[in-house]
Amino acid sequence: MNIKTAFSAGRLTIFLVGELDHHQAKFVINNVDELIDEYLPRECVLDLSELGFMDSSGIAVIIRMSRRMNNLGGRAWIENPSRQPQRVIDASGIDRLVPVSVR
Amino acid sequence: MNYSNYIKLEFPSKSSNEAFARSAAAAFASQLDPTLDELGDIKTAVSEAVTNCIVHAYPDELGRISMRMRIIDTDVLEFSVKDWGRGIENVAQAMEPLYTTGGEDRGGMGFTIMGSFMDTLRVRSSPGKGTTVTMRRCICKRVGIR
Repeated sequence: MNIKTAFSAGRLTIFLVGELDHHQAKFVINNVDELIDEYLPRECVLDLSELGFMDSSGIAVIIRMSRRMNNLGGRAWIENPSRQPQRVIDASGIDRLVPVSVR
Repeated sequence: MNYSNYIKLEFPSKSSNEAFARSAAAAFASQLDPTLDELGDIKTAVSEAVTNCIVHAYPDELGRISMRMRIIDTDVLEFSVKDWGRGIENVAQAMEPLYTTGGEDRGGMGFTIMGSFMDTLRVRSSPGKGTTVTMRRCICKRVGIR
């Protein structure tokens, strides 16, 4: 599991690379928390284009990020989920809470 | 019912075994020539079942997890994940979406995802004795492939 970031004009993009399961969830949640604290972005984007696998641990990461951004008065969304993460997002209904955009 | 193949695995409830368990499930499933989506669904459901054992069955200790994979007749995959841990008092409540007794890194969506990615899901639990989750998924034959 790897995390890459890009920041420009108040928008923090976090790229999750690899497989996100319960074993990796704490690492990812702590990293996302720290990145949001560091950059204090207006918008936070979770890019899932290079995430080959996620289970419901990914849903917990998405909910957490969205809650943190709500508390900061900012916006959060998911971008470019690959196929398997998209199916988990669909099954969980998380897209009713956090928008999913495909570029 | 006719079981044409099976494999049994046993491993300790370490979270580093989650990836191995779902990869083993996918490797076993591959003999039925599933689509990529079917493989993804199976990996996800098995990952959820094994994670439940690690997080909920053995919250403060390492315990034994057994995973049995079978092929029923020629086209139904069955995955049975068993633990000898704490057990579930109220199975119906545990299966409700968003219900969780885990920490902030859990979403309470495990059973919801198992249920929607597999054709059948059965949970048997007895408090203090353990839990067995059994899931089945039919791998449909694709026209023109075989």
